[in-house]
Formats: sequence, structure tokens, C-alpha cells
Amino acid sequence: MIYEATFEAVAVFAVFVAITLALSFYLGGRAKSSKGYFTAHGEIPWFVNGIAFAGDYLSAASFLGICGMIAFYGYDGFLYSIGYLAGWIVALFVVAEPMKRLGKFTFADALDAKFNSRGIKLAAGISTLAVSIFYLIPQMVGAGVLIQPLLGFEHWHGVVIVGTVVIIIVVSAGMVSTTWVQFLKGSLLVIFSAVLTVMILVRGFETSPGGGDRHVFASAGPVGGRLFSTENVKQHEESGHWPEVPVVRLEDPATNSTSVWRVELADIQQLPPFHESTVLPPEGNWRNKPFVRIQNNATGATTVWSIAGSQGDALMIHEAQLRTITSEGKELVNGVLKGDEKGEPELHPVGTVTRLPDGKDKTGPLGPLEFFRTLQNSDVALWGSTTISDSGGESTVYFQKPTPGSHVLRPGEHPRFAGIRKKEPVEKLNFLSLMLALFCGTASLPHILIRYYTVKDAQSARKSTIVGIGSIGFFYILTLYLGLGAMTSGSLDVTNSNMAAPLLAKSMNEWLFAIISAIAFTTVLGTVSGLILASAGAVSHDLIQSVLKIELDDRQQVRVAKIASVVVGGVAILLGILFQDLNVSYLVGWAFSVAASANLPALVTILFWKGVTRQGVIAGVTVGMTSSLAWILLSADTFTKVYGLSADSAIVPFSQPGIVTIPLGFVTLIVVSLLTRQPSRADG
Amino acid sequence: MEKRNSRIGLVLFVIYLVLYGGFVLLNAFSPETMEKTPMAGVNLAILYGFGLIIAALVLALLYGWLCKPAEPEVTERGVNE
Repeated sequence: MIYEATFEAVAVFAVFVAITLALSFYLGGRAKSSKGYFTAHGEIPWFVNGIAFAGDYLSAASFLGICGMIAFYGYDGFLYSIGYLAGWIVALFVVAEPMKRLGKFTFADALDAKFNSRGIKLAAGISTLAVSIFYLIPQMVGAGVLIQPLLGFEHWHGVVIVGTVVIIIVVSAGMVSTTWVQFLKGSLLVIFSAVLTVMILVRGFETSPGGGDRHVFASAGPVGGRLFSTENVKQHEESGHWPEVPVVRLEDPATNSTSVWRVELADIQQLPPFHESTVLPPEGNWRNKPFVRIQNNATGATTVWSIAGSQGDALMIHEAQLRTITSEGKELVNGVLKGDEKGEPELHPVGTVTRLPDGKDKTGPLGPLEFFRTLQNSDVALWGSTTISDSGGESTVYFQKPTPGSHVLRPGEHPRFAGIRKKEPVEKLNFLSLMLALFCGTASLPHILIRYYTVKDAQSARKSTIVGIGSIGFFYILTLYLGLGAMTSGSLDVTNSNMAAPLLAKSMNEWLFAIISAIAFTTVLGTVSGLILASAGAVSHDLIQSVLKIELDDRQQVRVAKIASVVVGGVAILLGILFQDLNVSYLVGWAFSVAASANLPALVTILFWKGVTRQGVIAGVTVGMTSSLAWILLSADTFTKVYGLSADSAIVPFSQPGIVTIPLGFVTLIVVSLLTRQPSRADG
Repeated sequence: MEKRNSRIGLVLFVIYLVLYGGFVLLNAFSPETMEKTPMAGVNLAILYGFGLIIAALVLALLYGWLCKPAEPEVTERGVNE
């Protein structure tokens, strides 16, 4: 799609940044001491702290990633919402009050309260840094993703702008300004998500053959197919040589089997829309694919069509979209150079309802449950993609996936969750592991935990967590409406799922788009400033002061913390630019796994088991952190998305480490504690 | 008081753990059940999911209410330092 920066977008964005910075400078004088810098003197009112929890926690991944995932695959993205919220129960019932009682500035303080050991400070400080950096990358990438369509800047501009603004916020008044920015962002995000949800319900559903630009995606058919025999398929698979015809695979959910069909080019040529065109035989990597390329004889333009059908129905041919990056680095759309202004060649926006219940073409306003009931009985056009490289460069085909609404609203449609529909129990481990990591991860995230020190006592810590659960839970309920609203808004960009929520707002009106984009941007600001503050605390308070034993007076401590904030901010900018192609939501799952594996065993055992020893805590944190990191680096997800290797060469059997490494962290901690336990109480 | 709070916390935690565990296991081992539409034409996946979020808030409020009486205002900071 072509994005043009509008006056509205630039204006709202500028106002947001200006307010944020003004607030930071205004509060600048209140954080001169280390207590002020790290904990805002413990004077934040509990209600403000509760909303700031939401501002801290609801990251770009929650807002952009989950909405995008729901918009492209349906219900599965909502599983993240549920897991993210469930983690707060652990935070409230188990961790909140003891954290407040034991600690002072950082998460390591609480772990170390009993032992006063350099080893624990070192291990906890490093795990804080590791988790925060993992969490920072997707936030920074999210900033870059947003700035492109919003202001028309390059990706790296967005990363640098966010990085700079955040460094200014954190350096000017530490936790004081961070808290108020997060409060502001948390409130705006929840309020405007609610506004958008009401607008979605009022608009209801409307059937449409194409997206918001009124381009109608054509279909043709039926076309006959011939079944390959089982031996035939085996032969082709073994030799790697497939005939020059489109090959379509149809899955039969009833028998859990796949049948392979060939479609003759001559049959396609005979369909009425293609009389004036030439059907090109598939060559190279285009073989053995359910696509056919058709060249218009008059214009010479080539379009791609996908062939699909369900078991028992005739095959149909649907218009697809093709984006090619040529070997010279040019971007082509359906074979012609992509334009940069409206009206020139671009990919069409997608995402429509193709059929409503009772043959209606418009529903009018819907109730909150009626919304799901209607969608359940409708059909929608989702879009999938496949990348094919040939001599001309790398092409991505975006093709329609006609899907019943009942499938959109059930779990297991996203490739990451498809395992739950398979028979073998091992396929389900990835899902179980992720849900466990989300449940255990929240209460182990350093940037969330430090927020317990900003209120005056344990009671306020408890109350602010309850406010946090209320606002965060309400927001997560809205994500399902926002995601499904975007799915049916006709405004999705097939190349960028992270833009689903802002583009949904754009389909309502231009100002709302500007506001939602600016909020998404402050979302990044709020979370990143919390993360940088947590990292700076780990560096200056845990590592420099406690581990290296460098004595700092209060003023020096604040200065070191500010320098650390600038350095961590700089690292975050760099990583945000390096990892710009990674999907935002997927790294966050990892940060949760590492946090849960490294930090939760230590937190829980210190709170509930008298037998824990210093060596046990160090071993537990170290093993939990390294094993979960190693697991991630050896997983199929990293192999394909980071190293560019095939998924089969991955060393660990599934991608999410939590189900193995969280118990491993606990076992290590307990075993080492038992081994190093001394009969007398002399191990303090 | 501190002991009483953490005992209430653990009981509520176990209640939620059972609810959440049930949701995750049902998704993993019987995804077909999640497609059923037991109420108002809305499927179980959505009803149970919304239910979990609402349950979290209800349990949190319950905890806040049960913990409230006679909480000492003085924090016990310093005990372990």
C-alpha cells in the first residue's frame, strides 16, 4: 500500500511528543536523589500507579501485534491476551506484597534481601538486562514500523526518534516522568480502544467483494482437476521434479489426509475472463504451487491467480496480488513498478466479509455478543502469503483464503498454534509451553516489578495491582473486537500485520487514524522508558555498586544511572535498526520465557521456602536464564527467521522453552540449595 | 496479618490456576469443544476467554476486600536489611 503522511497525523504526533517532553521537563526537579530517580520517592498515588501498570505493560506487541494476529488469523491472537492477563494473577496473589516489603530499588534487591550476596546481585542484574533487552527489541522495531506509514519517514528514523525521546524522558526525571508518561499512555490507550470498539459495533458488518479502495477481486471457474495417484506424488517428491502445471493440495479434515490435484493450463485458458490472455506455464520455483500466472495480451501485464477449493467442491481461481523485490532492489506490484502516490500501482487493501447470515448485505449496529454470533455464521476472506524466488528476484504472492466465520473464531488456525489440531501429543507442547511462559512471565518482568517500589506501602501495591488488572483486562477484551473489526474493515495491508489497528482507525476517519497511531507511538515510549529505567537500575545499583563495590554518593548514583540510561537507550536504537524485519509479537513471547525461567523460581522459593540458600538462588537464576536463551537460539523459529536456515535443522523439538526451562530453574535451585545447606544458620 | 493475606492470596491463586489450566488443556487436547456454541450463539472459546478475564478481576477485587481490615499502616521495611 502507499502511505501518505497527512497533516492530521503529523499534527497529532507532534502534540503528543511535545506534551510528553514538557511533562518530563516539568517534573525534572523531582528526581534529584537516587530514591527519586528510581522510585519517585515511593509517593505515586496507588490509582495512578495502577494505570501506569497498564501503560508499562501494554506494549506495542500487545496493541499492534495481537490486533494484527487476530486480524489475519482470528481467535489465536486472543490466546496471547488471555495469557498476558493471567500472569497478573501471579503478580497480585504471590509476588506484589513481599516484593514491596523486601526490596528497595531493583528486583535484585528483593532476591538479595536475605543474603546480601554479590553473586545474587550479579546473576539477577544480568538477567534483568537480558530480559529487558529482549523486550526492547520488538518495541523499537514497532516504533520503526509505525513511523513509516504515519509520517512517511524511513524505519530507522522512527527508531531514532523513539530512542531519543525516551532517553530524554528517562534522563530528565527518571521514575517520576516515566510514571506520568505511562499513566497518560495507559489512559489514552484504554479510552480510545473503547471508542474504536463502539464504532466497530455501530458500523456492524457489510459484505463487499473487495477492500476499501473498491477494487473487486475477481474469481473464475469452476475448473476441473485431475487427481495424482499416491505413487505419482511420491515419485515427484523424490525426484523433486514436478510437471509444468499448477498443483493444488486439498486437505480433508475428516480423514486428516491430503489429496494432490493437477490443473491443466488449457482448462484455465478456456475460462471466459482469460480469452484475451495467455496462461503461462509454471517454471522453476513456480512449479508444484497452487498458483497460475496469466499475461494480458494487450497490456503485457502479468497477474497471479490462486487455485483453491474444498474437498468435494469444484476448484475456483481467485485473483491474487504479487509483490516482487527485483535483484536490483526495485519493488514491483503485479509486475509493474510500484508507485509512490495515490492512483499509481500498489497492493490493494483487503479484509472483507463475503457472506452474511440470511443473505443480508448489511447488518447495521450490533450488540457485543451479537457481533460474534453474526460473524460465526458468516464467511470472510482472509489472506495468506507464499514467497517464491526466481531469476527476476523474490516474489511474494498474497492470495485469498475464503474462510467460514466459525473457523475464524476458533483456536488453532495460526501456524504457531496449528499443533493443537494435530493428533500427536508432542505437537501440543509448543502451545502448552507458551501459555505457561505467559502465565509465569508477567510476575518476573523487571520493569513491572520495579513499579512496586513507587508506592508507599504493601496495601498501595495491592490496590494498584487491582486497578492494573481492571484496566489491562478491559483492554484485552477490546483486542478481540479491534482485531476482528480490522479483519472485516477492508483496510488491511497484506504486507504488514502490525498496521492492522491503525488502518482500522483509518477506515473510520483520518483524525482517528492520527490519534491511534500517535497513541501506538506513545505506547512504545511508555514501555521503553520503563525498560530502560529497569536496565539502568540493574547497571548502576546492582552491578556497579553492589558487585564491583564502587562507593557512590547519592548524586553520583543518579549521574551513573543517567549515563546507564543513555547507553541502554543507544543499544536499543541500534538493535531496533538491526532487527527491523522481525515480527513484533514473536520476540515478546521469548522475553516472557526468559523472565519466567530465570526469575520466577528464585522469587517464589525465597518467599515460600526457608531452605533456600545463596548458592541455590545464583544457580537457579543462571541456569534458568542460560537454558531458556540457549533453547531459543537453537529453535526452529530462530533458525528460519534469524539465521535463514530450514526448520528441520533446528536442534530442539519445539520453539517455546518455558515448559522445560521453568521447571529446570526450579529443580536446579532446590537441588543446589539442598546440597549447600548447612546445619547451622551460618550461611547468611 | 501478613500471613493471613498470603494465605488468602494462595487460595485465590489456586482457584484461578484451575480455571486457567482448564482453559489451556481444553484448547490443547479438545479444540473441537471450544467450537461449540453453548450460549447466545457465541462459541466456548470466546465465552471461556472473556470469563477468564472477568474472573481475574472478580478474584482481584475479592482479595482487595478480604485483605482490607486492620492492615497496619507501618511497612515492615528494614526487617531484612
